[in-house]
Order: sequence, then C-alpha cells, then structure tokens
Amino acid sequence: MDRLDTKAQRLVALCLLGFLLFNYPILALFNRAGLLFGIPVLYAYIFAAWAVLIALMAIVVGRSRG
Amino acid sequence: MLQGWVIVLTSFAYLGLLFAIAYYADQRADQGRSVIASPYIYSLSLAVYATAWTFYGSVGRAAADGVGFLPIYLGPTLMIALWWIVMRKILRISKLNRITSLADFVASRYGKSALLGGVVTVIAVIGIVPYISLQLKAVSNSFTIVLQYPEIIMPAKIGAVPVLADTAFWVALILALFTILFGTRHLYSAEHHEGMVAAIAFESVVKLLAFLAVGVFVTFGIYNGFGDVFARVVSDQKLAPMLTPLEGVAGSYASWVWLTILSMLAIMFLPRQFQVTVIENVDEKHLNKAIWLFPLYMLAINVFVLPIAFGGRLHFPDGSVDADTFVLTLPMVEKQELLALLVFIGGLSAATGMVIVETIALSTMVCNDLLMPILLRLRRLRLGERPDLTGLLLGIRRGAIVAILLLGYLYFRLAGEAYALVSIGLISFAAVAQFAPAVLGGIFWKGATRRGALWGLIAGFGVWFYTLLLPALARSDWVPRSLLEQGPFGIELLRPLELFGLAGLDQITHAMLWSMIANVGVYVTVSLVGTQTAEEHRQASLFVDIFRREAGGARFWRGTASVPDLYNVLVRFLGVEGAEAAFSEYARARGRRWPEDELEADAEFVHYVETRLAGAIGAASARIMVASAVKEEALELDEVREILDEASQVVVYSHRLEQKSRELEAATAELRAANERLKELDRLKDDFMSTVTHELRTPLTSIRAFSEILLGNPDVELEQRRKFLAIITKETERLTRLINQVLDLAKIESGRAEWHVTRVDMGELVTETLAGMSQVFKEKGIAVETHLPERVPPVQADLDRVIQVLLNLLSNAVKFCAPERGRIEVTVGETPGFVRVDVRDNGPGISPEFQEVVFDKFRQAGDTLTEKPQGTGLGLHISRQIVEHFGGRMWVESRLREGACFSFTLPVETVRAEARSEARVA
Repeated sequence: MDRLDTKAQRLVALCLLGFLLFNYPILALFNRAGLLFGIPVLYAYIFAAWAVLIALMAIVVGRSRG
Repeated sequence: MLQGWVIVLTSFAYLGLLFAIAYYADQRADQGRSVIASPYIYSLSLAVYATAWTFYGSVGRAAADGVGFLPIYLGPTLMIALWWIVMRKILRISKLNRITSLADFVASRYGKSALLGGVVTVIAVIGIVPYISLQLKAVSNSFTIVLQYPEIIMPAKIGAVPVLADTAFWVALILALFTILFGTRHLYSAEHHEGMVAAIAFESVVKLLAFLAVGVFVTFGIYNGFGDVFARVVSDQKLAPMLTPLEGVAGSYASWVWLTILSMLAIMFLPRQFQVTVIENVDEKHLNKAIWLFPLYMLAINVFVLPIAFGGRLHFPDGSVDADTFVLTLPMVEKQELLALLVFIGGLSAATGMVIVETIALSTMVCNDLLMPILLRLRRLRLGERPDLTGLLLGIRRGAIVAILLLGYLYFRLAGEAYALVSIGLISFAAVAQFAPAVLGGIFWKGATRRGALWGLIAGFGVWFYTLLLPALARSDWVPRSLLEQGPFGIELLRPLELFGLAGLDQITHAMLWSMIANVGVYVTVSLVGTQTAEEHRQASLFVDIFRREAGGARFWRGTASVPDLYNVLVRFLGVEGAEAAFSEYARARGRRWPEDELEADAEFVHYVETRLAGAIGAASARIMVASAVKEEALELDEVREILDEASQVVVYSHRLEQKSRELEAATAELRAANERLKELDRLKDDFMSTVTHELRTPLTSIRAFSEILLGNPDVELEQRRKFLAIITKETERLTRLINQVLDLAKIESGRAEWHVTRVDMGELVTETLAGMSQVFKEKGIAVETHLPERVPPVQADLDRVIQVLLNLLSNAVKFCAPERGRIEVTVGETPGFVRVDVRDNGPGISPEFQEVVFDKFRQAGDTLTEKPQGTGLGLHISRQIVEHFGGRMWVESRLREGACFSFTLPVETVRAEARSEARVA
C-alpha cells in the first residue's frame, strides 16, 4: 500500500509539472523567434518537454510495481 | 487509379476487414480465449480519441494559428498522469457494480436514479451530435475531393445538393448499418464488446501509419526535412509570425489554458472514451502500460502536423484550398495516387472508429438509461408480463444508432458550414465537460446529492446550449442573427457570445467559463442545502469508499424474495441461457450446483441477481425489475446510518470486551484462591475450638465428679478423702496449666506475645535449669548426664522462653523415663551458625508415625484411648513455636524401646540478629 501511494504521488507531481511547463509564464519564455536545429524554438520546446514528460511517466509507472 | 469505383471498393474492403477482425475476436471471446487481454491492445483502443478531427482538423488548425491544436493532446497527457488515482477508482467501482455506461455510472452513484441517467443520456446525445457530424463532413469531403483527382476542387457548399444526392447522407446510412452489424448482433454481457475493441485497436494502427506516411512524404519528399520547411516559413513574411503565435495573456494564454482543461475532461467523459477506458477494460493492470503508451501515440501522430500545415500554406498560398484538406491534397497535387488513397482510408478509418464506438455507447445509454426506465414505468403491467425482452432491447438500440447518425447528418446540413472541423469538435468537448462535476464530485465527495447533480447538469448544459450551440445555428441562419448581435429581446447583457459583458475571450473559453461556474456552483449549493435518501447515502458510501470496503451492498436490504421469481426476471432480459449461466456461477461460487441444489433467496442472492441484470439493462432499470419481483421493505436513512455506525462501533466494542473479560478471569481466580484460604482457616479455627473445649472439659469433669462425691458422701474415709482431694488439686493445677498454655499459645500465634530478647549463654542456662530440677530427678531416681563444651557462643533469645522450652523437654523426658533406671543426657553443641541442644532419654521411644504428630496441638505420643494423658498436649507445640520464632528448629529422633532424643537449635548471635532483636523489642 505504501508503494501505491508513492506511485500516485509521483504521478500527481508529474501532472503538476506538466501544467507548469505548458503554461504561461514558462511557455512565454520560449515564444520567440529563432530556430533550434532548424525547428522553431517554441515547437521544439513543446515537443521535447512532452517527450520528457511521457518518459518520466513511463519510468514512474514501470518502477513502482504497485 | 483514383476512380470512383476503386475508392468505393477499397473503402468497403477496409470496412469488411474491420468487421472480420471484430467477428474473429468475438468468436475467440466466446471460446474464452480473448485476443484483447493485452495492455497494448488496450492502449491502442484508447487511441480512438484521435478521429477525423486529428487526422484532418489538426493540420487545419495548425495552418491557422500555429500551436492551437496542441492542448487537445497535452491536456489528456496531464490527465492520464492523474488516472492512477481517478481512473483506478472509477474502474474498481464500475467493475463491482457492473456499470454499463457513463449515464449508468452517474445514475448509480446518485441513488440509482433513473431520472439522472436519462438527463445524462440526453445531454450526451445532443452534445455528441456535432462531433458525429464532423466525422461525416470529413469523410464525405475527402471522398468528394479525391474523386476529383487530378483536379483539386473544394466540395460544394453544403445544402446546395439535395439530400439523396448528398454523399454525407449515404455515408451516414452506411455507417449506421455497419455499426448495427458491429455492436448489436446480440446483447453483450456487461457491455463487453471484445470484437469492437480489437477492430478499433487495428484501426488506430492504420490511421497512425497513414498519417506518418503522408508526414514523411511532405517533410522529406516535397521538402528537405524539418529544417527546410521551417526555414522557408521564417523567410515568408506572412507566415513568420506564426512561429511565435502566443500573444497577450488574456487572449491566447487563456484560450490555451481552457483548451487544456477542456481536453482533460474530454478524455474522461466522452462516451466513447468512457466506453473503451472503463467498460471495455478487462484488467486493471493494463492501466500501467496505458499511462505512457497512449500519450506516446498522441505524440507520434502529432509530430508531422506542423510540417504538413506549413507545407500546405507554402504550396497553396492563395488560400483557395481548405487547410483541413492539406493531408489529402498535398499528395494529390504531387501526383501520389497510392498515398492519396492510403490517406483517404486513414481518414475513413479514423472517422469510422469514432462513429462505431460513440454510437454504440450512446445507443446503450439511450436503451438502458433513457427508454427502458420510462417503458418499464409507463407500461409496467404489460412489459412485466412479456416473457422475453431481449428482442425489444436490441430493437431499441438499433433504432437509436440510426437516429443518432441521422441527427448527425441533420446538424451537418444545418450548421456544418459555419465552422472548421476543430471548432465543431470543441463544442462537443464543452458539452461532455459538463459531466465532470457530477462524476468527479461523486467519487470523492459523499455529500453530493442527486438533486445537486441534476440541477448542476441542467444549469451547465443550459449555458452550453446558449453560448455554443445556439450561436452555431445562428451563424448558419437557422436562428436569427439578431440574437447574437443584440441579445435576446434586445437585452445586450445576455448576448450569447459576451455573457454579462465578458468580452475578449474566444468562444470556447467564454462558454467553458460560464458553464462551469453555473454547473459547479449549482451542484455544490444544492448538495449542501439538501438532504440524501437512504439509497443515495448507501451508494455514496459504496462509491467514495470503494478502496476501503468489500462488496457489501447486500447488507442494506430487507425483504422477501423467491428464487423462481428472480429466475424469471433474469430470463426475461438475459434469455434462458444467460439466466442459467448466472445461477450456475452463483452456485459454484458457494460450492453448490445448480439446478441440483437449492439456492436461497437471501439478501446476497438478490444483490447478485440485480448486479447481473444491471449488466444488461443498467442499474436503474435493474433496480425497478428486481423490486417488482421481490417484496422489499424500504430502509430509512437513519437505519442505514445506524447500520453503518453499528458496524464501526462493533469493532471498537469487541476490543474493549476482550480486555474486560480477561480482567474478569484474573479477578475470579484471585477470589477463588482467597475463598479457599478462608475456608481452610475457618476449619482450623473450628478444630481448635472444639479441641480446646474438650481438653478443658476433661479435667473439669474430674474435679466436679470428685467434689460431688466428697460433698455427697460424708462417710468417706479420711484416707480416701485425702486421695480425692489430691486428685482434685492436681486436676486444678492441670487445668490452670492448660489455660495458661492456651493463652500463651494464642499470644504467640497472634503475634501479641512479648519477647524480651537478650544475650543468652546456653551453657549456663542448661546448667542452671538442671540444677533447678535436681530435686525432681532425685525423687524419681533418674540419672542426669551433661555434655557442655568449653565455650558456647551466645544466642539472642528471650531467657524465660528458652527456660520454658528446656523445662518442657526435661519434664517430658522425666515423664517417660522408667523410675530408678531412667537416664537423661543433655548435650550442648555447635553447628555452623547455630547452637544445638539435645535432650535424650531412655524411655519407650516414639514410633515413627508419631514423631511429627507429637509437635501438633493437643497431641501426645501414645494411644490416648488406653493411656492416661500425662500432659496438656500443648507443651511441645509451644516449644517449637518459640524455637522457630527465634529462627531455630526443633525435632525428635527416636526408635521404639530405645528412647527419644529431642533437639533444638538457636541461631548464633550475629550483627544481623542483633538488629533483628532490636526491631523485635521495638
């Protein structure tokens, strides 16, 4: 039961992290001209952050065998 | 290649393939070898979330404002992280209560309310109609476009074509037929459509592959990779601003946030999502993989959206081509026929998947939660008598499917022109978002009431209708435009798009804000102000406390039922096979067999039957049917509360009870022991009293007897007289001695004796005592021998008492020695820590069985019946008491005819002994 709660807590934390990353003001930081490896900064950021978030979710769910 | 008949043929072939997969999966399910019991299939089935909206509409939205399409997928990603808490709870509840639909869930939570189930169904149907029309629009448009190959011509304005010539109409009918074949061939137990799940998992793969194919083609085929596309955008004056699309806070960011929240709710409450996530779920553990696989799918299908969108804008700069069609028109313009066909099939796949699952879910709700409760109530008598209702249930569902699709077509014709695809879809999102307070509140807040949910839903839906649906109709001129511009009856404050003057927000955000305020506000207020019925309270507990409880639903039931009645009810809705299966399962779980053994119609059984029935017709209807089959007694809310409180109190009481009983046992044991001791002492006291009385009486009798003789006979001779008087004197002395000894003994035993402890020299004492008795020795002619060491260590004792002991032993020895021949030997010796005195005589000795007895009260050696008692019987006892009082011992060693040796010891004086004696004196 303990590890179940840890898993839940971590996932909630990830959700909140996502909210933070995908909103004003952090999102606004990347809302500027420029290319990152040929990709506009904003889009590169969103997709990269999204991928990282998914990876973290996979790790949290996979690690704690609730 | 892209001729009409090729396209049609390919389409039907694809649909046929889907159907074959579904059929195969259903067969396997019936055999018990399910193909969908895999977390990957489960995750793919969740991707039914991506419809023609994703396939076509995302590109359209991206081409218009850059990032506006993304929150639709970011939102669900965030929500899914919370699924571990929220979705698991919903899954658990739904499994336990055999929930068959979203409406069933809400109805069940709020006291199995048929009314609430009906309201949810109506809202769902009306809300999803735009979404279905969007799919129809996508399929028919893409068909029309691809038909025009190699020309790129946008479809004619909707409504220009008569209905029967309208592609969309035929698409609607075909999809309706297809869905009926798919999902209503028979009634599925607990609404598990394994075939459907397998088919849409397959189509999720198809649409992903198709989209990736066109994405790769555009990015690397038409252009030279991501860098190339974006570089061109940067250098294009018109397009460059789209790379930094997020403007001022109130505008874009507010939209962004609300879109995210909206999508978070949609992923939960779209009927098709609820169906595949909750109802079709076969194993809770699949949730583990789904939590990251599904977001990964969404990421993958969105990677190429931007290149395609910008590619389209670059390719068709004049805006003549609708951005929603870029996915299809780009391959077409580049003469990629095969790819174009693949794209078309991909779009068809996406649309079909959505329509199938959504309409099956909606038709289930219409049947179970809207129509059946009404029909059962209205014509209860008639329906109650029909032996088999399975045909009716299926008929209702099929009718519902056709009706919903036709409604979708109707909306398409009325309002489909007004908006782009994404906007149409968002209207539906906002509708299903109204379920969020009732459901989420329902699983976490026990105080939420039925009335609260009902009025909250009505309020939210009302606002939604007014701020979203009405304007859509107005834009297509089915409702006067003046409503939008001047408000109803000219009241500007109530303009649908700027309610209460709140301007500057986009339409969706505006609608969401007001509808949520209305919904949540009314929900909470009405719940707090009102009260719950017993049924509501019970269901609330069951739902909110699901992780803490067992399936204890049966406890809250009181009534009488008969097994045949319940059997008939099951047959009516599940068929004979279904009823038999249900009964067999129940019997098996209890180690019995059906129909050989009898089943008891108790609370548990009724609950089981009701649950099984709910799997076919929903919780509310099942309740009605079972209630009609059994005679039920309603439980008052207070009684329900009592039962709940009782259960928790019983636990506390039993602990306390255990503790008390243990204490009680200990106390009883103590009491018993004390009682035993008291009885023993009592007995001893009685013994003592009787013995003393006897002993006192004996000499008194003698004295009296002789005194009477002397008194009564004056002629007695002088010699006789003197003899008698001597006896009387002697007996008196004896009596006195006895009384003194008894008193003495009493004093010693009760601890009230006075002890004067001083230093005593045993040697001196013995010598003196012997000297004092020399006369007695001489009279009887007894020889006395003493053995005294040079030095005798002193003892701490009461001088008089020790003399008493010595005198007692010596007088005993004298008593039992034969005259003239008697010899007494007195020895004083030393043992470690003690001074020992032995008094030996050569009398008759004491047989072994009397050696301990002589020390008892009133006991003497020898048979008291034949020999005259020579003493009181107390002397030795008192002597021993005295000796033992000072810490010594007294005993006898003897053999018959060889005399007896009485010995006693007294502890040598030590510092401790001194202290002890001081304490005694004090």
